[in-house]
Amino acid sequence: MSDIALSAENLSKSFKIAHERNGLVGHRTLYDDLVSLPRRLVARLRRTGKSTSETFWALKDVSLEIEKGEVVGIIGPNGAGKSTLLKILTRITEPTSGTADIYGRVGALLEVGTGFHPDLTGRENVFMNGAILGMSRTEIKSKFDEIVAFAEIEKFLDTPVKRYSSGMYVRLAFAVAAHLEPEILLVDEVLAVGDAGFQKKCLGKMDEVSHREGRTVLFVSHNMAAIRSLCGRALLLQSGRMSFLGETDTAIEQYLRGKRVNGSDFYSDEIINKLEILNIRGERSISFGAGESITISAILSPPYPLYHPRLGFGILNSYSERLTTLHTDFQLKNGWKLDSETQVRVHWRDCKLCPGTYKLMAALYDANQKVRVWDDLATITIEASDYFLTGKLPKTGPQGWFLSDAEWEMTSPRGV
Amino acid sequence: MSSVSILALVSPESSSAVAYAESESISAVTPRRHLVPTLRIRPTKGWAALNLRELWSYRDLLWILVERSIKVAHKQTALGVAWVALQPLIAAIILAVIFGHVAGLPSDGAPYLLFVFCGLTAWNYFSQAMQRASNSLVNNAQLVSKVYFPKMLIPLSHIFAALIDFSVMLIMLFIFMAVYRVPPTLRLAALPGFLFLMAMAATGVALWFSALSVRYRDCNYALPFFAQIWMYASPVVYPMSIVSPRWQPLFALNPAVGFIEGFRWAILGRGALTLPVLCLTIIMSLLALFSGAFFFRRVERDFADII
Repeated sequence: MSDIALSAENLSKSFKIAHERNGLVGHRTLYDDLVSLPRRLVARLRRTGKSTSETFWALKDVSLEIEKGEVVGIIGPNGAGKSTLLKILTRITEPTSGTADIYGRVGALLEVGTGFHPDLTGRENVFMNGAILGMSRTEIKSKFDEIVAFAEIEKFLDTPVKRYSSGMYVRLAFAVAAHLEPEILLVDEVLAVGDAGFQKKCLGKMDEVSHREGRTVLFVSHNMAAIRSLCGRALLLQSGRMSFLGETDTAIEQYLRGKRVNGSDFYSDEIINKLEILNIRGERSISFGAGESITISAILSPPYPLYHPRLGFGILNSYSERLTTLHTDFQLKNGWKLDSETQVRVHWRDCKLCPGTYKLMAALYDANQKVRVWDDLATITIEASDYFLTGKLPKTGPQGWFLSDAEWEMTSPRGV
Repeated sequence: MSSVSILALVSPESSSAVAYAESESISAVTPRRHLVPTLRIRPTKGWAALNLRELWSYRDLLWILVERSIKVAHKQTALGVAWVALQPLIAAIILAVIFGHVAGLPSDGAPYLLFVFCGLTAWNYFSQAMQRASNSLVNNAQLVSKVYFPKMLIPLSHIFAALIDFSVMLIMLFIFMAVYRVPPTLRLAALPGFLFLMAMAATGVALWFSALSVRYRDCNYALPFFAQIWMYASPVVYPMSIVSPRWQPLFALNPAVGFIEGFRWAILGRGALTLPVLCLTIIMSLLALFSGAFFFRRVERDFADII
């Protein structure tokens, strides 16, 4: 029932970051090493141990136990160590310390199309890729038709893959990997590619693999919707450390909260000099009651004069879906220009978002010329409030994203 | 496995401890069957075993990699495999003109063109296999950093793939023999043996170079010169017999000397191959192979991080 599929104890991985020379670790030249050899030998003899390099922990003390048949999501910001963890578990790279025990055959899909050769045909690449991922020739043969059908590339089987569209390429690659039959499947961010229809198909396949076939899946993604729908548990990594392992919703919540601009903080870069989110009293805040007014205030300094500026703020839910947009295109009557530092304020009256966590993004264009897009400026939390004045608090999630003003009427049908 | 585990570092500020306490207490309650893990991942240190069993279990992949490099070699070329025949033929003619006619180098009494083509057949296999295998890891960086398998398979696959070019040249060599009316002898039976020696030496050198080139890209630049110098240090355009006997033992430390002369001995029935030279060649080839393999295994674990 509760057999273990994978357990890790204090897995850590460090890299040396050289500070000398150009700081390029991987591209030392033989000459450099030969020249510095005497110095290094002397240093070693003297045991000074004072190296010019710094140790960077890509992963630090990660311990976890995963049961057979579990689907565990791995989330965290870029550089948190998600991929490093998968690379260690697939033995591509070795841990610096710690151990991991694996019970069963591991299959990994770390990058779509690894080992595809552009000059080989689709058919040849299926065999090639399958073998690289650890399938035997007979195994591939028996699954060949299924793979081709899943990828929907029957017609182009004998075309070199370099002539494939990127969509076809990705489909074929995922199809091969999805038909691996490992007991433990490690998947890294494959859904970032492909169109919506195919993404759905991939998710369906992963769901099938895990829930119907009872395989263990470790799944790295930035797509919170996918994580939420597939994973029973999630691991939140932050700067190489485990910051949470447990309930998926809690992990996602923590992750999104970790990303937000602090209440006392404001966002700043070379274009948006200062971005603040203010409540109705003009105080900086990131937490609002449902139905409250929100003011976004930004001091913009354009990189060059913009004569037809178009500025928009988007509100995204935790699935990264755009819920609404505040935009100069349709909410600003008069034209404006942005040729010097300008303070922009947008008042969002009665923000009727359901309680939950939302992301603020922004885009600045000059006519149709993109100036800059900010994907993640801040995270706003909407707290439950007695918006309807019924004494009942609206809930997050299944009730939708917006609060609607509606009146209910109950009368007897045979009444007046 | 000769893997040595390092004690896990226990960091005082281990933030995972708090979040992890909960799931641990759950696991303490639920009874679990602790099976023997299929695989234990831990850091390794020092020299690693060659792990030939694992290499063998990946033989399917080896053949597919061989197939791939053969198929890819002549895609989108009009002449295709004809290049394999054309290149050495032109090279042999140039060498024959320069060294045979202009410089007048001796050829142990054989027609110079046949003599030099025979040497080239052996040398080309060795040098092609060595050079292609040496560059192979860097050329397949994506494979190295994204999938797990014994990385030795990549250079090895080129040692096998180069056999195709070799067989084309061998057929041409047989045609040359017929043209020059050199009768085949029973000595031809020794040919596979010499081929095997060449493959061993080429593998050994390629394992060194390919492993080094992961860290030092200088290797890619140095290799063509290295190969060229090596060719002139080997009896390809001249016979071993022009080297004075005093220097021959030193000369024979180069394994290419043994198998090129051996090749001529098997095909033309002449040359200065002696038993000590042959033994030295075998020893040097084995030395190259094993030192290369162990070095490769030692640095293999860092490939994915630095490639």
